[in-house]
Amino acid sequence: MEKYTLGKYDVVVIGAGHAGCEAALACARMGKETLLLSINLEAVANMFCNPAVGGTGKGHLVREIDALGGEMGLNIDKTFIQSRMLNVSKGPAVHSLRAQADKRRYHEEMKKVLENQEHLLLKQGEAVDIDFAGDGSVRGVLLRTGAYYECRAAVIATGTFLGGKIFIGESVVESGPNGLSPSTILAEALKNKGFNMRRFKTGTPARCLASSLDFSKMQVQEGDPHPVPFSFLNDNIDKEQAKCWLTYTNEETHKIIRANFGRSALFGGQIEGVGPRYCPSIESKLDRFPDKERHQLFVEPEGLSTQEMYLQGMSTSLPEDVQQQFYETIPGLENIRLVRAAYAIEYDCIDPMDLKLSLEHREHPGFFCAGQFNGSSGYEEAAAQGLIAGINAALYLDGKEPFVLDRSEAYIGVLIDDLVTKGTNEPYRMMTSRAEYRLILRQDNADLRLTEKGRAVGLVSDERWERFLADKKAMEEEVQRLENTTVTPSEANPLIESLGGTPLDNRVSLSELLRRPEITYDALAAVDPERPALSYHVRTKVEVSLKYRGYIDKQLAQIEKFKKLEGQTIPEGIDYMSMEGLRNEAREKLTDIRPVSVGQASRISGVSPADINVLLVQLERMRRKH
Amino acid sequence: MSETTIAAISTAYGEAGIGIVRTSGPDSLSVLRKVFVPNRAGATAGQLQTGAGSAGDAGVWTPQPRHMYYGRIVDPKDGSVADECLAVFMPGPQSYTGEDVAEVQCHGSVISYKKILALMLENGAQPAEPGEFTKRAFINGRMDLAQAEAVIDLIKARSARSFDCAVGQLEGSLSQKIRSVRAELLDLLTELAVNMDYPDEDIEELTYNRLGNRISLINDELIKLKDSSAEGRILREGLLAAIVGKPNVGKSSLMNVLLREDRSIVTDVPGTTRDTIEEQISLRGITIRFVDTAGIRSSADKVESIGIERSKDAFNRAELLLLVLDSSEAISAEDLELMEMAKDRPVIVILNKDDLPAAGSHGKTIEASGGSDGGNGLSEGMIEDEIRRILPGARMVRLSAKTGEGLLQLEDSIEEYVTGGRVRREEDVLVTNVRHIALIEKAIEELSEAGRMTRAAEAMDFIEVNVRAAFDALGEITGETASGEVIEEVFRRFCLGK
Repeated sequence: MEKYTLGKYDVVVIGAGHAGCEAALACARMGKETLLLSINLEAVANMFCNPAVGGTGKGHLVREIDALGGEMGLNIDKTFIQSRMLNVSKGPAVHSLRAQADKRRYHEEMKKVLENQEHLLLKQGEAVDIDFAGDGSVRGVLLRTGAYYECRAAVIATGTFLGGKIFIGESVVESGPNGLSPSTILAEALKNKGFNMRRFKTGTPARCLASSLDFSKMQVQEGDPHPVPFSFLNDNIDKEQAKCWLTYTNEETHKIIRANFGRSALFGGQIEGVGPRYCPSIESKLDRFPDKERHQLFVEPEGLSTQEMYLQGMSTSLPEDVQQQFYETIPGLENIRLVRAAYAIEYDCIDPMDLKLSLEHREHPGFFCAGQFNGSSGYEEAAAQGLIAGINAALYLDGKEPFVLDRSEAYIGVLIDDLVTKGTNEPYRMMTSRAEYRLILRQDNADLRLTEKGRAVGLVSDERWERFLADKKAMEEEVQRLENTTVTPSEANPLIESLGGTPLDNRVSLSELLRRPEITYDALAAVDPERPALSYHVRTKVEVSLKYRGYIDKQLAQIEKFKKLEGQTIPEGIDYMSMEGLRNEAREKLTDIRPVSVGQASRISGVSPADINVLLVQLERMRRKH
Repeated sequence: MSETTIAAISTAYGEAGIGIVRTSGPDSLSVLRKVFVPNRAGATAGQLQTGAGSAGDAGVWTPQPRHMYYGRIVDPKDGSVADECLAVFMPGPQSYTGEDVAEVQCHGSVISYKKILALMLENGAQPAEPGEFTKRAFINGRMDLAQAEAVIDLIKARSARSFDCAVGQLEGSLSQKIRSVRAELLDLLTELAVNMDYPDEDIEELTYNRLGNRISLINDELIKLKDSSAEGRILREGLLAAIVGKPNVGKSSLMNVLLREDRSIVTDVPGTTRDTIEEQISLRGITIRFVDTAGIRSSADKVESIGIERSKDAFNRAELLLLVLDSSEAISAEDLELMEMAKDRPVIVILNKDDLPAAGSHGKTIEASGGSDGGNGLSEGMIEDEIRRILPGARMVRLSAKTGEGLLQLEDSIEEYVTGGRVRREEDVLVTNVRHIALIEKAIEELSEAGRMTRAAEAMDFIEVNVRAAFDALGEITGETASGEVIEEVFRRFCLGK
């Protein structure tokens, strides 16, 4: 087929899922001429699995994306139909926002933003090859039509499209998600170019019609009375909220599934990809936890303009007849009408240990990778990587230092460091337990942690910046005021006693009162008539920073220690193979991963503390020689 | 410049009159101040700026840099004296490592070193890694380039060796117990993780009540473990040694000479009977409780038999037996009976009355009583052979309780027993030992705080930080890294996911 040059861009982004959208927006907002390709424009920012954004760890990522000037938080605030703050009974480090989205609207709103973005063109087109120059750097992207786009940087975010294969029972079809075309030629091209490709798998449950369900047999799950926004740019977004529902499987359900284990693609051996443990199919759950008498099932609306409901907890690769049979045994689902069958999907991804912390591929300057292509899972994880890949593609074009967040600065830092330094053997999902500095990486302070950094790279708009400065000032003033305002025992004791606390003997400041476990910032209003009206984000920051100061300070001290080793940089191109004193395993691992700092080196499996000591001494030697 | 202050014993092992324990890092002076009390009577006004008054309340002791001070190492917790010593403070950068360094020179005794090191670790220092002093010296520019190679070799060799030692020590019950406690903590962390990361899942809620119970159960196990570790217990409570032997063999004079020779405290322990006299001495830093037993020989005398029962009890309780034989006499049936009883027990055989002509040394033979091969003549060396035959593992010491000759060798033997012998050969084992106890103590401290926070119903995400710190501390002992373990467990144990 004849190839022809159709245009020239600074950056071409391949894939317009959650990673691709953030990457393209970041590049364009940083002034780079950007082309965003999607195999199908209906696939833009599509939620192919559950209709929700956020959750534990993931909600934190969304706040961080927002704080840096990304789009996901704003888009879900526009389109959510139910919202809950999870874990409110626990401490502020694990409070996590989760919102049900109207899928259709989420896609439409994101598409609108992309279409209206300066320097950005969103275009339908299937990338089939990436053109690398002799030195490995990006030169262009070829489309299936023969069209060739010149570019100096590319971001790849192919999701489950790359080499996609769908399994429903014994049926195996080469396909992208939800019946869209897969990206098979590109998959082949990458393999031929010598990329280390791997195969992962994931799955999604069936969708059914709401009109076929009996909700009276299920437990209702309502949203929070006053939904909290994801974006730091939004305050109150009260709206009518949709309901979700909860029901359970039973022995009958399990009997049917067990009797048909042999017909599951998962157990039939057709699937070679590695699936995530946190998102098992119902047949894996029964197989691995045979004693569990019932499994829960959330029934969630896919949107306000559709009857389609998502059956969370029930992903499967069993054939459709079995799906129908077992769903019917579940209370409320007796007359269920399935409109989309559950399926498992297998796809190609790379080993993320081939990437730098900037998400640039080690062998290919200007080639940045994000999302499921890097072995992660989840919309939020994808968007976070997309944002960083996009920022770094733009910085690369300007010849600037890459933008890297470390483990003490953001969940995004934890996510990327985990992927790049430790690698992953299954689709990687964020969890708060992965963050060692969880008490600092809270969702309430994501803007305090990151907005200045986002501003410095040129991604934070004037509107966001002014809002941030105002919020920060308001917060500091309020903290000061609470520290300087005191109350007498007679003023405060009625409140304290009503909350079951020990009465005061002496006058104390409001900030000291707030440190008591039983007293919240809102409750304190009773003895604080002078308080100014503050936004939700500011109130939360004030409360958390004062209430938990002791613990936060302790963790800040730990971070200082961590930063010492992170700050010890390792010059690029250092030769580990001839470095005396290192064990062989350490030599090989360090050569493969090429850590940028001693801190990163210390997290590589196979590198011992003694190796790190040797490395420190050798680095010092090199410094002295120069 | 380092953030942490490290401490280690820096004396090479072997016979030495004095030993050095030192720290390096920003808190060196503060650590020294906490554990060292200068002897004020001997101090000049220039050396001591605090004037009169007891330590701590009149002001802060400010040593002149690089001046030697005489004083005592004192446990700030209870005021007990660990050793007399000389201390010197050398502020950075003019020190070996280029950082603030404090050195304590104490008596040449393993136990002294250990006690001082343990006190430093309790009071703000962290155990040094192998080669860390040298590494810091190098990194802080206190060493020239040519020495770099040597430093690397040192780190490499030491870490290999200390790894072997750590493994060696950890074989057996201590390591098993630490692993099992660590497994329980992993279990708890897993539950905490799943409760926090999967709030919508159908799993049992971890209530404060259950969390608190589990924390205190695990902590109790650790406390028990720490208390029962021989190392820790002997350092803390001392060693119970029984002096046994037939009447008139010189038990009392041995006891007296030990008490007289020892410069430090002699206290009567209340509650002892007239038949077993328990006294406590401090021998090279080891607290030893001696029980001088009456004869253990069977007796028809009713009054005496009560004493005998008590002696037997003391014999059985003793962690170390000092079996006294009269070297001027032949081994009697009674001696043999005692040796049989001491079989499979830690024992040091003392051949007393070495000042007197030894049995057989003038051609006099020892009658090997009770044996079927009786009648064979045994020369002097053959007493030892006979002892060795019955008590193959026993250490033997020739001594004169009357002249004090051989006492030093006895003290050596006792110390060797306490420190396990091998300790004297391998510096790193020792460090590892104290390090283990420090790490167990850290775990206990973290869990105690987690328990307090649980009772106060503080947020679980904060409590988790302390539980994890305890888990990590134990992992440092067993050499297991925490990374990923909790998440593995979450998925293994719980059925989760959409």
